[in-house]
Amino acid sequence: MNRRTFTRFLISGMVLIGLPLSAVAQESIKIGEINHYKRMAAFAEPYKKGIELAIEEVNAAGGVLGRPLEFIFRDDQGKPGEAVKIAEELISSEGVAMITGTILSNVGLAISSHAGEKEYVYLAAEPLADSIVWASGNKYTFRLRASTFMQAAMLAEQAAASGAKTYATIAPNYAYGKDAVAAFKKNLLALQPDAEFVTEQWPALFKIDAGAEVQAIERAKPDAIYNVTFGPDLAKFVREGTDRGLFEGRTVLGLLSGEPEYLDPLGDEAPEGWIVTGYPWYDISEGPGKVFVDAYQTRWNDYPRIGSLVGYMTVQSIQAALERAGSTETEAIRDAFEDLSLDTPVGQITFRSIDHQATSGAFVGRTALRDGKGIMVDWEYKDGADYLPSDTEVMQLRPAGQ
Amino acid sequence: MGFYVAQILTGLANAGALFMVASGLSLIFGVTRIVNFAHGSFYMIGAYIGYTLMQTLPGAIGFWSAILLAGLAVGLVGLIVEVLVLRPVYKAPELFQLVATFGVILVIQDLTLMIWGPEDLLGPRAPGLRGVVHIMGEPIPKYDIALLVITPFVALGLWYVIARTRIGILVRAATQDREMVGALGVNQAWLFTGVFALGTALAGLGGALQLPKGGADLLMDFNILTAVFVVVVIGGMGSLPGAYLAAVIISVVNVFGVTFLPQSTLVLIFLVMVLVLMIRPYGLLGREEVAGEHGQVGEPEVPIQPAGRRSRALVAVGLLVLAALPLYGSSFIQVLATDIMIFCLFAASLHFLLGTGGLVSFGHAAYFGGGAYVAALLITHAQTPMELAFLLAPIGAGLAALIIGWICLRLTGVYFAMLTLAFSQLLWSLVFQWGDVTGGDDGLVNIWPADWLKPTTIYFYFSLILCVGGILLMRHIAHSPFGYSLRAARDSERRAEATGINTRHVRWMAFCFAGVLAGLAGGLFVFSKGSIFPNELEIARSFDALIVVFLGGVKTLAGGVVGGAFFKGVEEILTRFEYWRLAFGLLIILVVTFAPQGIVGSIRKIFDRKVETRS
Amino acid sequence: MKRILEARGLTKAFGGLVAVDDVSFCVQSGELLALIGPNGAGKSTCFNMLMGQLKPTKGHVLLNGVEITGLAPRRIWEKGVGRTFQITATYPSMTVAENVQMALISHHKKVYSMRPFARELYREEAIDLLSMVELFDQIDRHCAVLAYGDLKRLELAIALAHDPIILLMDEPTAGMAPSERIKLMQLTTEVIESRGVSVLFTEHDMDIVFAHAHRIMVLNRGKLIAEGSVDAVRRDPHVQDVYLGGGTVFGREHASGSPYQ
Repeated sequence: MNRRTFTRFLISGMVLIGLPLSAVAQESIKIGEINHYKRMAAFAEPYKKGIELAIEEVNAAGGVLGRPLEFIFRDDQGKPGEAVKIAEELISSEGVAMITGTILSNVGLAISSHAGEKEYVYLAAEPLADSIVWASGNKYTFRLRASTFMQAAMLAEQAAASGAKTYATIAPNYAYGKDAVAAFKKNLLALQPDAEFVTEQWPALFKIDAGAEVQAIERAKPDAIYNVTFGPDLAKFVREGTDRGLFEGRTVLGLLSGEPEYLDPLGDEAPEGWIVTGYPWYDISEGPGKVFVDAYQTRWNDYPRIGSLVGYMTVQSIQAALERAGSTETEAIRDAFEDLSLDTPVGQITFRSIDHQATSGAFVGRTALRDGKGIMVDWEYKDGADYLPSDTEVMQLRPAGQ
Repeated sequence: MGFYVAQILTGLANAGALFMVASGLSLIFGVTRIVNFAHGSFYMIGAYIGYTLMQTLPGAIGFWSAILLAGLAVGLVGLIVEVLVLRPVYKAPELFQLVATFGVILVIQDLTLMIWGPEDLLGPRAPGLRGVVHIMGEPIPKYDIALLVITPFVALGLWYVIARTRIGILVRAATQDREMVGALGVNQAWLFTGVFALGTALAGLGGALQLPKGGADLLMDFNILTAVFVVVVIGGMGSLPGAYLAAVIISVVNVFGVTFLPQSTLVLIFLVMVLVLMIRPYGLLGREEVAGEHGQVGEPEVPIQPAGRRSRALVAVGLLVLAALPLYGSSFIQVLATDIMIFCLFAASLHFLLGTGGLVSFGHAAYFGGGAYVAALLITHAQTPMELAFLLAPIGAGLAALIIGWICLRLTGVYFAMLTLAFSQLLWSLVFQWGDVTGGDDGLVNIWPADWLKPTTIYFYFSLILCVGGILLMRHIAHSPFGYSLRAARDSERRAEATGINTRHVRWMAFCFAGVLAGLAGGLFVFSKGSIFPNELEIARSFDALIVVFLGGVKTLAGGVVGGAFFKGVEEILTRFEYWRLAFGLLIILVVTFAPQGIVGSIRKIFDRKVETRS
Repeated sequence: MKRILEARGLTKAFGGLVAVDDVSFCVQSGELLALIGPNGAGKSTCFNMLMGQLKPTKGHVLLNGVEITGLAPRRIWEKGVGRTFQITATYPSMTVAENVQMALISHHKKVYSMRPFARELYREEAIDLLSMVELFDQIDRHCAVLAYGDLKRLELAIALAHDPIILLMDEPTAGMAPSERIKLMQLTTEVIESRGVSVLFTEHDMDIVFAHAHRIMVLNRGKLIAEGSVDAVRRDPHVQDVYLGGGTVFGREHASGSPYQ
């Protein structure tokens, strides 16, 4: 245990003894933030730091509607049922203006359904599932981050340009993985009708049998591989794939694989030449993006992850919505979110009124190694607005009357 | 051809870590009869410790000694856990140790997070074993070959210890007859400690050994647990060769599943497990359990009595206070109370099986989640009116229990428990993978009650009536001839059968009844939350209920309810704090150590003692 | 005399080992028939086949002339056969009275009844039975704390609960002190005679056998080697051979006794 962890140990000990996570300030505007702080600590911690940075900035500048902004952070253990209970408490007992949070899509969907029923605003910050704004969308749920569909569409565009004809996919066998593959296929076949999918691999989430998967893909001899695995699965897949020469001479597309949360743990074994979506904070050299990175590093003595950016943009979005609404009433906030435009570190985004999806985009680039670390090069920020289906399609996807 | 050879080699290499972890669990179970839920946690810290050691120790020698040292270090942790946490509870009812190991899981999770931080760690490569060798033209990583070679040696080493040394003889003797070891003049406590330390060391070794193929992360404790249980059960509880065989079978089946049925790998594993258990109930190389010693060993339960006037009055007052909740409690308090009541009903239904019936089900969540899914599926796909869907939740769960119970009840004791686990996992994997119908892990959403039931207070009363009604009904039945017959079957199957009681049938009916009530709880749950996800069917859900029953006290009638309320209440308070898992884990361990009869049982003991000293 | 229970050519083989070999006998109404033999003679196997715990390899069991071979124990019990075990089988978590009530509940086909309270059901009948075996002062005690001799009495009461026509008693006095044995056996005889029940029992203690049995069968290595009145069997040289190689041990406390002493 080094000194830093020891201090952390001490502090957490103190927190454990008596201090709930929220401090009570009078007349502040409270926002409920529900997340899997323990279960998905690697993602939730940078996210929370992003939020805290933004809150400090907002409050230093006089708050929102003349009142300080306050977040109440609650841990749901990654269980949808718990999250719904906490949402209920935050809404009915803590008097929060609205709810935000969650990383896992299923927890996001549970809160979204609850928000629709109990009529409060829920800003789904990180969950990617398409159904949050489409199949299961409702009046009170908005989503900030570029969805699975949008990011898959960006990669499909790259794939079509690569000249590959036959494709293999590998995705964790759960809803996110299935959505990601379906969206990729749909977009790719629209751009390149003769593309052929020669094998689809579905390892169980976090239980990948990487050697076998690599063999199975190798056997199908695809031109390109579309990867959706992440976390420990990605590490194992990359390692086995590199060892067995799977990636040699093939185009590999990796959804989210360029995000620091996933790329950094790979260290010097990060794959090179993959086309990925991610967050190249290290090479953002100007504009609001740079301002954010600097502010974050000054405040936390740590570099931002994609979660940090999302957390920061979450607070910005809520601030903008509250100011536009001019009140903390649910209906006013809800109306304010529709067609709300604001400036963020990645540029201007708009919460579309048609499906409540924000037009946040993603960075698309190629992976490379620099100083023993995986990075993204030749990247470009793609505006999310360009990767959404047509309005008619969206209308069909979303349940009527929502 | 080369492809198949390569796949088999991959499978065999994968079997290595799995075997080590599973053999540890099997060994611990065989000798101490502890079903060590925390085994995955030892695997996890093995990986973390191994990682840290590999950072400091240089070269190939450093690498391999890091693996060995990680095993030793984890064995030491296991030893400490055994002495501090488990030893005080050996005298407690069988399986009570489950609760203690659950506390250990929580503590280890938070400590690992504190020490190593949240980020995944990529396992270091084995020096000199980077890259591949080509076998029949197929690339095989060198480290896979190393694992292929190492595993049989570890297995042989273990076999040698067990088959050829005095300690091994004692271990084997203890596996077959624990009293016998005591009679041989061996200090049983230290034998248990030693075996526990050895078992956990194996888990740690497995964790460190898989580092070059993956790494260390905070979710790996639970991620390996199911696979390990599957291996131990298929191989036969307590059998080391069985564990090896099963680890190989599972790994190879998995590898070929990946190739030929990539969509259904999860279902495949559990299907194999169910099939093996149905054909060979004691696992491939397991031995039939000599005595079905589950549910009620140790001090027999005292005769049950209808509540006295005073306790009736107390319960009535409690119910009045609860019923008046909307008068003084906020709407959230009502929601919270609804949540707790539903969980108590679920726990009480398991308690009915476990306490009154002596039937340890490891898969009770199948009926809770099953009921919830029946209702949710009807609403989603058939636009069934809510009232009808709600009614069909317990019925559907009861039907599932009818079928599963009929198959599982051919077995007894821990094998019965394992088969129920296998079926619930099968159900879970079906729900998880059959995304078109069940929504997979994105679940089914917008499952709300009918308009008249929507207001929080009304739903609170609705749940109050059904939960309290269900719990009272179970208590009522415990006092009825049927409840007595069930206890009779539990106390002495021989006597019960010789006096005309069809014990299997009685148990079957009880299993269904418990399933119906769990389904009722599930139905209430889904409409209170508005959504349902596969995690309500998960192994963790089943264990929640088990832990609660033991925490409350198996050999009492109120154990399930009291345990449930305690668990949910404490969880509600503690999750507001940062390191709540550590605090919760420690609290559970404390309760377990100081109240080995469970909360209700221990309170009753204190009370009885007072009455005795007074008179 | 009426034939109550009849075995015809009963045989049980475990793999190559024939534990019971072509045994035929019958228990007549009102009779106390003892089945004796050294350890491993096949007495328990024989009992288990009569009571349905084991399926015979060959042969038949008839109750009142009706075939009951291979029926489940509970079916045989329903037809009027009661049983006590060598190692007592009772319900330790219940009171003494509840143990008997349980048998009565089963007899009255109330096993699946969900109406409480079972503890009040057939309590009078249970108390009558318990008084008969002299356990009246212990009816509300916890069964688990009972002395072993009292457990044996309790079992007798349980076995009589459904008014059986015949009782199978496996070592009714095993594990008891000698003085208690005699008392218990006297009690058993009285109760049985007053209720007109036939009894087939096995026993190690030859004093008990000679004092109480009406008739004796001797089993050795799975075969019936002698059968007849007490005197006839006592004088039978075959039987004397089997028991300690011809030494006259009968009349004294038998050396091998029971495993519980």
